[in-house]
Amino acid sequence: MERRFMDSQIKGVSTGTTILAVTFNGGVIIGSDSRASIGGYYVSSKTINKLIQVHDRIFCCIAGSLADAQAVTKAAKFQISFHSIQMESPPLVKAAASVLRELCYNNKEELQAGFITAGWDRKKGPQVYTVALGGMLLSQPFTIGGSGSTYIYGYADAKYKPDMSKEECLQFATNALALAMGRDNVSGGVAHLVVITEEGVEHVVIPGDKLPKFHDE
Amino acid sequence: MSIHDFKESNFIPGNGGLDRKVSTRPATSLSCAKRKCFKMLDESPEPGWLSEEVKTGTTIIAIEFDGGVVLGSDSRVSAGETVVNRVMNKLSLLHDKIYCALSGSAADAQTIAEMVNYQLDVHSIEVGEDPQVRSAATLVKNISYKYKEELSAHLIVAGWDKRGGGQVYVTLNGLLSRQPFAVGGSGSSYVYGFVDAEYRKAMSKEDCQQFVVNTLSLAMSRDGSSGGVAYLVTIDKKGAEEKCILGNELPTFYDQ
Repeated sequence: MERRFMDSQIKGVSTGTTILAVTFNGGVIIGSDSRASIGGYYVSSKTINKLIQVHDRIFCCIAGSLADAQAVTKAAKFQISFHSIQMESPPLVKAAASVLRELCYNNKEELQAGFITAGWDRKKGPQVYTVALGGMLLSQPFTIGGSGSTYIYGYADAKYKPDMSKEECLQFATNALALAMGRDNVSGGVAHLVVITEEGVEHVVIPGDKLPKFHDE
Repeated sequence: MSIHDFKESNFIPGNGGLDRKVSTRPATSLSCAKRKCFKMLDESPEPGWLSEEVKTGTTIIAIEFDGGVVLGSDSRVSAGETVVNRVMNKLSLLHDKIYCALSGSAADAQTIAEMVNYQLDVHSIEVGEDPQVRSAATLVKNISYKYKEELSAHLIVAGWDKRGGGQVYVTLNGLLSRQPFAVGGSGSSYVYGFVDAEYRKAMSKEDCQQFVVNTLSLAMSRDGSSGGVAYLVTIDKKGAEEKCILGNELPTFYDQ
């Protein structure tokens, strides 16, 4: 089978994107933009939701090729719910992240997608895991990903504080998304944020005109 | 080693060094790729710095305040994966109160700075007073634009003159644009978000210096091609003040 060189010019629909996940005191916030583009020229969807619920308190978000991501998350969702039935308890966030990692690592030649898994479980509370392109699994207090993330490394490094409150964390995530969407041409649309705590899951959508504005806007 | 056909006689001083014959520069990236292939095939241990082009993969920043400008840069010069100079000052003097910050190919950037330094000296004698920052930026822009295909360097020009106060100009690829602040180099991608969020109009001189140092520190910690020490130059009516901040004196953030 001819191996295609995965270039953004040749790729299909890709989520050139900005995704992030941040832990705070008592929960975790996972967020993304909502633009899906083809090759960086055409916006194929302005309002796509990149935050996929794989279990009650576990979400993951996708960066990279949209087709790959949807296929992988569908398989992962099935495996995680089966695992949870077998264990007779809600799955650990690490288990969900491991499932994604197995899928990414075993298919690393064909896939081109990276994932951020975030959620809450009884054992360790709020956690964020990132699964990189080749299948590396890493746990971090917060993480950013996607093409737009390069522009906010400095901002995230400077502004993140451990043990933030929920409001501070929401502000941090919204600002970071707004800044990335302002500089990256393949990120944009609305900001989707999901707040996951022991109590439940809350979905916040911030339309483009309500995003924070910065000095040159 | 890639040799540039760069002979002195190619410059005709009468025209301010601009009329250089187009040098037959070998396609550097192509020869590097070929060399890399040979490296894989017969495992010859040729160090990267012999064949890779020397770049100031870098972070540079300049910002205006009321009464002057602050310029900042890191100090790393890389050739492929090797750091060939870890203490290079990328803030180059163009005139007493006009400096430029270099990024991109080290050779190209240094040459442009030297040529413009010479041309500005001539110009300031002709007009009988200190040159305007805009003149310096225009000279840099002229070279960048005319030799756009051959050069790959981006200079940020900043300084103080009595007519316009502190000014910052970008000259990327031959455009000329005045901005309240500018960032450039490979490390700048990582700090766009930070500078967008933190910049406020009408900051004081000390705030600007702190802003520059914070930005450089963040970029240097994320970009593999930026690092070393931070150089700062503050230019105002009284003159230019150079400062060097060592690696361990830079501000640190949550994970450091």
